[in-house]
Amino acid sequence: MNFKKVLFIFLLLNLINLHVYSMEPDVFVQSTVNRASQVLSENISKEEKINKLKTIAKETVDIRAVGFYSLGSARKNLNESQKQKYSELFESYFLKSFSSRLAEYTNPEINVKSKELISENYTIVNSVLVATSSRPEVKIDWRVYTKDKNNPLIRDLIIEGLSLARTQKEEFASILNSNDADINALFKALEEFYKN
Amino acid sequence: MFKKFITICMTVFLITLNAQAGSDGELALKKDEPKEIKDCFENLNKATFALNQSLDKALIKPLAKGFRNLPDPIQRGTNNAVTNLSNLITIPNNVLQGDLKTAFVNTARLAVNTTIGLLGTIDVANKMGFPKYIKEDYGQTLGVWGVGPGCYIVLPVLGPSTLRDTAGSFANVLGGDPWYNASAHGNNEFLSETVYLTSKALSGINFRADNLESIDNLEKNSIDFYASVKSLYTQDRENKIKNNQRGNIEVLYKDEEDWEEIDNK
Repeated sequence: MNFKKVLFIFLLLNLINLHVYSMEPDVFVQSTVNRASQVLSENISKEEKINKLKTIAKETVDIRAVGFYSLGSARKNLNESQKQKYSELFESYFLKSFSSRLAEYTNPEINVKSKELISENYTIVNSVLVATSSRPEVKIDWRVYTKDKNNPLIRDLIIEGLSLARTQKEEFASILNSNDADINALFKALEEFYKN
Repeated sequence: MFKKFITICMTVFLITLNAQAGSDGELALKKDEPKEIKDCFENLNKATFALNQSLDKALIKPLAKGFRNLPDPIQRGTNNAVTNLSNLITIPNNVLQGDLKTAFVNTARLAVNTTIGLLGTIDVANKMGFPKYIKEDYGQTLGVWGVGPGCYIVLPVLGPSTLRDTAGSFANVLGGDPWYNASAHGNNEFLSETVYLTSKALSGINFRADNLESIDNLEKNSIDFYASVKSLYTQDRENKIKNNQRGNIEVLYKDEEDWEEIDNK
């Protein structure tokens, strides 16, 4: 077997791998919501549902990036240990907040409709939460970070045109503004939310 | 007459304040929305917000829950009727925004629903395949004309607003809302200011009933509920002014560089 042949087989295997693992953003979102829907329709306690939803969120949401986006310009003033502490607190806060919000729904049906490439690294996936007798259809868009094509990650949920990441960012800014930009005030608020 | 004078004074004051707020370079009367709407009256706003929350817990939420328990046709009929009345504000605003086609469609919708739809209680137009109804108001029209939002303001009972949107609301009672004109000033034995206020109250209760779970959920999962409401209100108004049915990335994030900076780390 000569070197060219080995190289060819190696490249071929790489291409096959890429094809197998690379996931289109719309397929990724649909598979994520299907997983969440399955959890929500299971006959288990709310606590168990929340724990399972947290696992899904950890695997599919870019929690660290969402955290630093939410911090706005304040992230530039943090030292390394503050950044580390913030990342840990934010992850706990986010998982609790996100899973509690979702756990309120029972067996939601979300259908992916289309996708729009907005830049090299981002695709917006459009979906709808199907209407039921008690609520109308809800449009949900997902901002998916696609820099690593094999591992797309959710960075924002836009419900009826309202961005959760932006809302969170403005919420954190309000806490910092009310406390002379003291990051410890935000740490305290995140801790309190998580503990309660 | 005195009431009208006061209303005109208030509107002029609000618009002037809005224009003057623009002089700091951020809140100018310009086509592009500022990056962040200033909370110039933050302490007062927070006090009013707390008052509104108490009012909500004591009165509006229980009424909304009661409304939810009414038979479905009554709930739907009320929702349809108040939505039908809102056409009377939407149509002039369609015209003011230069959207004559939608103004025509909404006029036809109003005519069909008010007559065949039994005073708007049945949305016949929807069943006939009319395009989806999108409300417009004078605040949105001012926004379309390039008036900046001005400071954020929380109104007693009515909730979140901006100086621009509050000025827009005053236009309703200055002759901009035919329903108000007919109720308050019309020489009609069936209509009165009380009927007008009742329709507005029903509209508010209907909105609250539609959002019982989502508002509770938001409150429960916010670390600063006041800031969350402010953010959602301003995002919603920006989308409405730009007629975005889904969030527009430019409108949504303002600082797309924020994401880019995070990506480059």
